[in-house]
Amino acid sequence: MEFPILSLMLAVPLVAAIACLFLGAQSARMVALFATLFDLALGVLLWLNFDIGGAQWQFVERAEVFAGFSYALGIDGIALMLIMLSVFLMPICILASWDAITKRVGEYMAAFLLMEVLMIGVFAAQDMFLFYIFFEAGLIPMYLIIGVWGGDNRIYASYKFFLYTLLGSVLMLIAMMWMVNEAGTTDIPTLLNYDFSPQAQTWLWLAFFASFAVKMPMWPVHTWLPDAHVQAPTAGSVILAGVLLKLGGYGFIRFSLPMFPEASAQFAWLVFALSMVAVIYTSLVALVQHDMKKLIAYSSVAHMAIVTAGLFAFNVQGIEGAMMVMLGHGLVSGALFLCVGVIYDRLHTREIDRYGGLSINMPKYALFFLLFTMASIGLPGTSNFVGEFLALAGLYKVSTLVTLVCTTGIILGAAYMLYLYRRVAFGEQRNADAARMPDLNAREWMMLAPIAAATLWMGVYPESFLAPMRQDIAALEVRMARAASEGDSQLRVGEPMERNANFVAAAHDAEGAH
Amino acid sequence: MNLASSLYFTGAEVGLSIVGLVLLLVSAWGGPRSARLVTILAVSALVGATLFSGHLFDLAASETAGRAFGDLYRADTFGSFAKILIYLATTAVLMVTPRFFDQRGAYRPEYPVLMLFNAVGMGMMASATDLMTLYIGLEMSSLSSYVLASFLRNDTRSAEAGLKYFVLGALASGIILYGVSLVYGFTGSTNYEGIRAAFAVEFSAGALFGVVFVLAGLAFKVSAVPFHMWTPDVYEGAPTPVTAFFATAPKVAAMAMLVRMAMEPFAGEVDAWRQIVIFAALASIVVGALGAIGQQNLKRLLAYSSINNVGFILIGLAAATPAGVAGVMTYLAIYVAMTVGSFTALLMLRDPMGQNLETFDDIAGLSTKRPALAWCLLALMFSLAGIPPLFGFWGKFVVFQAAVQADLVALAAIGIAASVIGAFYYIKFVKVMFFDDATREVETESPIGHWIVLGLSVAIISPLGYFLTIPLGDWSAAAAASFAAAM
Repeated sequence: MEFPILSLMLAVPLVAAIACLFLGAQSARMVALFATLFDLALGVLLWLNFDIGGAQWQFVERAEVFAGFSYALGIDGIALMLIMLSVFLMPICILASWDAITKRVGEYMAAFLLMEVLMIGVFAAQDMFLFYIFFEAGLIPMYLIIGVWGGDNRIYASYKFFLYTLLGSVLMLIAMMWMVNEAGTTDIPTLLNYDFSPQAQTWLWLAFFASFAVKMPMWPVHTWLPDAHVQAPTAGSVILAGVLLKLGGYGFIRFSLPMFPEASAQFAWLVFALSMVAVIYTSLVALVQHDMKKLIAYSSVAHMAIVTAGLFAFNVQGIEGAMMVMLGHGLVSGALFLCVGVIYDRLHTREIDRYGGLSINMPKYALFFLLFTMASIGLPGTSNFVGEFLALAGLYKVSTLVTLVCTTGIILGAAYMLYLYRRVAFGEQRNADAARMPDLNAREWMMLAPIAAATLWMGVYPESFLAPMRQDIAALEVRMARAASEGDSQLRVGEPMERNANFVAAAHDAEGAH
Repeated sequence: MNLASSLYFTGAEVGLSIVGLVLLLVSAWGGPRSARLVTILAVSALVGATLFSGHLFDLAASETAGRAFGDLYRADTFGSFAKILIYLATTAVLMVTPRFFDQRGAYRPEYPVLMLFNAVGMGMMASATDLMTLYIGLEMSSLSSYVLASFLRNDTRSAEAGLKYFVLGALASGIILYGVSLVYGFTGSTNYEGIRAAFAVEFSAGALFGVVFVLAGLAFKVSAVPFHMWTPDVYEGAPTPVTAFFATAPKVAAMAMLVRMAMEPFAGEVDAWRQIVIFAALASIVVGALGAIGQQNLKRLLAYSSINNVGFILIGLAAATPAGVAGVMTYLAIYVAMTVGSFTALLMLRDPMGQNLETFDDIAGLSTKRPALAWCLLALMFSLAGIPPLFGFWGKFVVFQAAVQADLVALAAIGIAASVIGAFYYIKFVKVMFFDDATREVETESPIGHWIVLGLSVAIISPLGYFLTIPLGDWSAAAAASFAAAM
């Protein structure tokens, strides 16, 4: 039996979380940092040992310790990438909370470490109900993080977050029970190849959609996100944007698309319609925000809409692009929230108007902020360009109209992000207190520099990230092929003309007459 | 079927009755000074009865069900399972009781004696296979419950609770009796097997009336909507340990009685009672959830929470399958742990003067004053709300799975969606304890006995509880197998 590395990745933060509950502030911070760094090291080990092109499911573990479901873990390339994203962002979150959180530090760190356990668990679970337990359990620590350490309106935001996402998920549970009853197994790899009847698929798809659409979040059930983001502490926003939003996309890839291909094709128009509305509407809403966090939250909804549209393109480019947008957005929006957190820690306001001309007194900060702004817009050379381009290219094969509307989102994205950046970093130094703020310190450097490096890496050489996922996405496309629609862009190779276009027959003849 | 084996199968009840009678004499001669001794003896008797029921459970799982006194009474796996839960819950409640009354100088040795007689009655309710034994057990339990509700004689709220419980309980008993007489009239038998055989031949409209009346009376006992109105008032008025008792042991007993009734004499008429159970289940979930939202008093809130939980339990019964019955038993076991834990935590909440705290304002900011207690309550509340990875989720999981397997997908979907309403007030608990600022002083020390009960309950409902799923599932399945012949 091989070494149970996934269980170890779950156990380390879990033990650290329990320890943090009993520790003082400074030691809790250290324990949390070491535990997350250790998990990151394990994650790197996981990636290095992942056999690209090998078995679909690797690092498989299984123990029958529960009735009704089993403790089964295992990852494919898609899960590997999302686990990497989680373990990569986690130490950065701990660093971001180093000075910002002063009350109940032990409990705070425990909540974050628990979050890490649950996120890794969701991506690694190979049992349907184990997945659900991890998926749903994330509500508890996040509720506490928003409610205890959040902003002024944290109670409302925490309630909304909790009840909204809970209502979404419970119907999924009933659907899962029905599937398990029908197929006679809780094993996800087996269920991936089980064919449910198209009529049943319709209902099952809708039940899963209720859950994932809320998590994603898709318009019009996105309204919990701006509230939760604005009220959550910085690190909470990073985790929300960086990883929790990816649970929805992961759910579509893991469950909705391969298990219900017919229903997915049937409802693709719904997903496209909602995505189109989201891209345009939330981008416009982002444009008029005065609160930095809210602006980035709405931009997240717009980016996630490109993910959903790409996923339902039913082809390799679309899904690869969606995955890359998820990874890139996880890094970039996380980094943007960290950027907001940096200046929030100094001035304790998120009002855009209270800042201005920061590039004069905080040049290093302005540089990082610029990089992430550009990445968010999707400038070539950054992570989001790769993802958005692929997703839209895949989408173009299916529908010109949807592609047209979603691409507009990139232009609008440039508008609101550049407008934000101009107001915060450029122009006059309007406020004396903002003008006195010191530049990045060493801790903030350590937070932003790794994300910047990863963003550029993903933009310049995406192959490192696409390679582990390629085989799995190809398998997914094969699985969905029977339901894929024709698409409206019927690209055909035309009949070649008899001669080259620059052939000038008459002149030649005329020459010869001489 | 000789007398010896009959006495053997009813050993737990017989033993508890004898101990109860002896302790009654002790308390009569010893007066209030003997209260502590009587409590300890009563607890040991209950532990003994638990062990004996465990023995009978093993016995019944391997051999045929033990019928006693000409099939008036059956010591099968189902009954033994329910009795173990009942005795354990009673023991836990007795352990955390004395301190509450001591503070008012009102603790008397009669209290544990009444609990013992109540336990005897509840055991009979769980094992009765004849309408007459059923009624005797029910009344034995109810009458001691009325007295317990008004045990704080100087407190008007307690007296009011006892009176209310008595009047409405008597009404329910009357309804059951009326149903029983109809059933007897149309079948000519009070024995469960006899009734089933007679229904198999003919199920007339009059018999249907009998079934409906019996079920309505039983719904009153488990406080299912629309017969729940007494619950909040009685729970709020009764002394807190008594409320803890009402919310656990009698609920298990009444539920066991209801399940046995539905699955044995009425097993052939599932279509007749299923719609009643489905209505009661959904109505209990919704009313229990909505009613709790506005409550300020924690005992009242937990009363609505128990109504809410009864709804989920009834979903398992509505499935009318062995899996459904097993789900009901699993849910009851987890429910007892959660409820005992919540009420113990409530009993541990006192101000520095020793007054019990029981409103939301009192527990504001508890996490900064008593972090350990607040975290325990947090786990209990999320567990009651059915949020994984806490074990309360498993209870909901098994009943909903049973419903889905029985093709009641719509019921499961509506029920689980309505459970989200209930989550609102459970997370309000957490909000008040963790997000709000502390407003008042609380007592910082609690006795070790309370911590033991609370610690055990929280250990069961914590994610560690999932390691119990295999044995609990086996035991529940064995309990449900008691009705295999009937299904």
